[in-house]
Amino acid sequence: MSDPNAQSGSPDKEPASEAQAAQTALGNTEQAEPTTGPGRSAPESKPTPTLGRLFLDNLWAANTFTVTLLSLVLAIVVGAVLMIISDPEVLSTFSYITARPSDAFSASWTLVSEAYANLFKGSIFDPEAFSGWVNGDNGWQAVLAPISETLTYTAPLVFTGLAVALAFRGGLFNIGAQGQATIGVILAALAGFLLPLPPGLHLLVAVLAGALGGAVWGFIPGILKARTGAHEVINTIMLNYIATYFLTWLIVQNGVQDPTRTDAISKAVDTSAQLPRLLGDNLRVHAGILLAVLATWAVAWLLNRSTLGFELRAVGANPDAARTAGISVTRTYTLIMVFSGILAGLGGSNMVLGSTASALTPLVVAQIGFDGILVALLGRVKPWGVLLAALLFGALQAGGNRMQSYSGISLELVTVLQALIVIFIAAPALVKAIFQLRAARAARLQTSLAKGW
Amino acid sequence: MEPGEIHALLGENGAGKSTLMNVLYGLYQPDEGEILVDGKPLKLRGPSDAIAAGIGMVHQHFMLVPVFTVAENIMLGAEQVRGGIAGFLDRRRARREVAEVSERYNLRVDPDAVIEDLPVGIQQRVEIVKALTRDVDLLILDEPTAVLTPQETEELLTVMRSLKAAGKSIVFITHKLGEVKAIADRITVIRRGKTVGTASPEASRDELAALMVGRSVRLTVEKSPATPREPMLEVAGLVVDDDRQVRAVDGVDLTVRAGEVLGVAGVQGNGQTELIEAIMGLRPVLAGTVSLAGDRIDGWTTKKVLRAGVGYVPEDRSVDGLVKEFSVAENLVLDIYDRPPFGAGLAIKPDAIAASAKERIEQFDVRTSSADAPVGTLSGGNQQKVIVARELSRPLKLFIAAQPTRGVDVGSIEFIHSRIIRERDIGTAVMVVSSELDEVIGLADRIAVMYRGRIIGIVGPDTPREEIGLLMAGISPDAAPERGAVAAPTDGTATDGGPASDARPASEDEA
Repeated sequence: MSDPNAQSGSPDKEPASEAQAAQTALGNTEQAEPTTGPGRSAPESKPTPTLGRLFLDNLWAANTFTVTLLSLVLAIVVGAVLMIISDPEVLSTFSYITARPSDAFSASWTLVSEAYANLFKGSIFDPEAFSGWVNGDNGWQAVLAPISETLTYTAPLVFTGLAVALAFRGGLFNIGAQGQATIGVILAALAGFLLPLPPGLHLLVAVLAGALGGAVWGFIPGILKARTGAHEVINTIMLNYIATYFLTWLIVQNGVQDPTRTDAISKAVDTSAQLPRLLGDNLRVHAGILLAVLATWAVAWLLNRSTLGFELRAVGANPDAARTAGISVTRTYTLIMVFSGILAGLGGSNMVLGSTASALTPLVVAQIGFDGILVALLGRVKPWGVLLAALLFGALQAGGNRMQSYSGISLELVTVLQALIVIFIAAPALVKAIFQLRAARAARLQTSLAKGW
Repeated sequence: MEPGEIHALLGENGAGKSTLMNVLYGLYQPDEGEILVDGKPLKLRGPSDAIAAGIGMVHQHFMLVPVFTVAENIMLGAEQVRGGIAGFLDRRRARREVAEVSERYNLRVDPDAVIEDLPVGIQQRVEIVKALTRDVDLLILDEPTAVLTPQETEELLTVMRSLKAAGKSIVFITHKLGEVKAIADRITVIRRGKTVGTASPEASRDELAALMVGRSVRLTVEKSPATPREPMLEVAGLVVDDDRQVRAVDGVDLTVRAGEVLGVAGVQGNGQTELIEAIMGLRPVLAGTVSLAGDRIDGWTTKKVLRAGVGYVPEDRSVDGLVKEFSVAENLVLDIYDRPPFGAGLAIKPDAIAASAKERIEQFDVRTSSADAPVGTLSGGNQQKVIVARELSRPLKLFIAAQPTRGVDVGSIEFIHSRIIRERDIGTAVMVVSSELDEVIGLADRIAVMYRGRIIGIVGPDTPREEIGLLMAGISPDAAPERGAVAAPTDGTATDGGPASDARPASEDEA
């Protein structure tokens, strides 16, 4: 609990290794070594087995990392089955499988391997672009394009994931990251095109406006929970609706709607309020990802090294004991929701100040709030874990786009994959049973997901 | 185990008594060894196997559905249906079974009463009846008296005797020596998972205690006479409601002086909890005043009260005292995490917390694998020591300990008691609330007896137990000594069901 990295892998680990490791199943053990090795010291009593043996033992024990990895594998397998079933051509080869089984298998293999290869190429690394760069056919930007796309999708998910995780650690289930992000995106955009401010200051004000919007939208259920005991799950869901429809209404108001358009789109945010792009104008990755890493560090510090974090964790684990020890539970609940809202609001501002969009539309925040719940659960509600989970989800989004255009696999399959991963992680017993994992020695696996209800 | 025998299983907390019995009841699987019933080895895969083999168990924490009636609870798990496929529950039959069993063993329960309305003692009786309707030959009672009043305990012992007369065998798990001596035919003492001895009930308390902890312990608290000084805590006319908005504390006046221990005795549920919570700022004060060293503290937040120099050991350590997921070190600073040297501004100092934890673990003899172990992994006694260590490691004006040794092994009891007396001797005002009369008598310099939200009498520690016992039951002797007892005569008559002649008013009305 004190070390955020202990179970969720090292923070500087490339997103590539997670997805890759999953694809090549378990042949990739060296890559996982630095993450599982330390922190799990040799058992005291056993007659000193070799380090490698110990490592393999621990890897196969049902620790968090292994279960997460295997959940990925399972999701990919189920995803493959879904692809085969949903493709009529491949399915037709199965009608004569007893006569010529090779047809069915090769067709399935081609479909699935190409789809996943495109998923990989779209999110991490495209060998063709690399050879093109070597031959001089295209610039270096093409090589970094997949990573750039992944990071662009990752940034807002980190914020909403952190928002949900922070609330979760304080014993609150914040379903309202979506609404908080929506209010965040509204205020950020308004500040972005209404205020005539110099560059730099304008960006700062717009980002802070987004945070403020989220804070207000988090404060409401927080204070209601603290003062009246109203359940935050219900209130945040209701506030999600209010925020969504407020956005839809606001876009078409005078002064907000783009005067040159008749459809529901607002004016564009001034360039002075946009997050700078990191790798030139052709690549979409922007400073939001840096803010996201900073936010992850800040949340980790807040949780583990601050008095507020101590209060928050105490209230989350046992509000009665916290109250008896003089911690104000009501104040803590309110603060948790405000901080959670700030994070979600920042995630919202990323959606309009970054490169995804520059104007408000009814769908400008996409699903980042709800995806944030999945990211938080996948990241085991630990800050650095959330960052890694957001990277995975960002990669799936980015790769899913390419998978759709190149392999004709619907983008929705990516959503299905994400859902499957989280389901398998939420049911560690299932994964353990499927892979016959030994029970972990030290850390008992728990489904913490039911808490907060 | 012989038929018709009461076999007591005695051991410290964490000695393995409950684990052993859970194995016997099929809840846990044995790693090695076997269980023999009538000479045949028995393989138990779950409680239903155990019930089939004639083993019944009454758990320490009751396994009853609070909103169901007695009859419904009893048929739960063995529902009788009629009407074939439609499957109507045969409630009538369940009621009849309850009545039969009640009759046969003289266990009075109303089959139509709803569990949550019943006092704890009766709930336990329901558990026993439930086991008996399953036709068990061996009944396991896991710490059955931990939640009972002295009167209820007496009744339970009577029930056990009648069951024994009917040929049932009983395993009686406890760490209360007095009860063991009163009822057991044979005593097995367990320590650290091993049988360390078998004793007959004739063995003396000290012998049994020594067997339990592995060394001789003092059961009486050794202390010099108190030197009370100025009044530290003054409570006047305090009125407090409980969670259900029912008056729990009804005009309490009391004073605790620096350098003395005031014991508050009383059957659980007579307002002691609410009284303390009101003092600690955890519960609103409806009327009256609370002052600490002359300052009015009613209306203060809990944090402010704690900071003013009040130490508090809550009565339910797992709910109010500790955050089980937190490490021992974190729990040791649960109420001072933001004070130097543990907190500076917004940051906490893990190094300072770890250093002080190390020191206090040693000082208070907390047995833990490390300071970073979650406190939930410690045994009950060691958890309690963590709380006591936390509260006694800062300068105090007033120390309030509620049930400081409930569910704590003998060794830890001795330690905690000596710490409480040491705190008194350095001039702290101490208030000990306990439903263990022995504990109150052993620690207190003055004893206030609480009954139905009032102080019904304040007596000296050398008052005969019987007299205090009567006070606890709401029966005050003709002229109760000292102030505070003025309310007593009116109290006895104003409230129903508690006339002085009824021998067991507390157990009946306590719900």
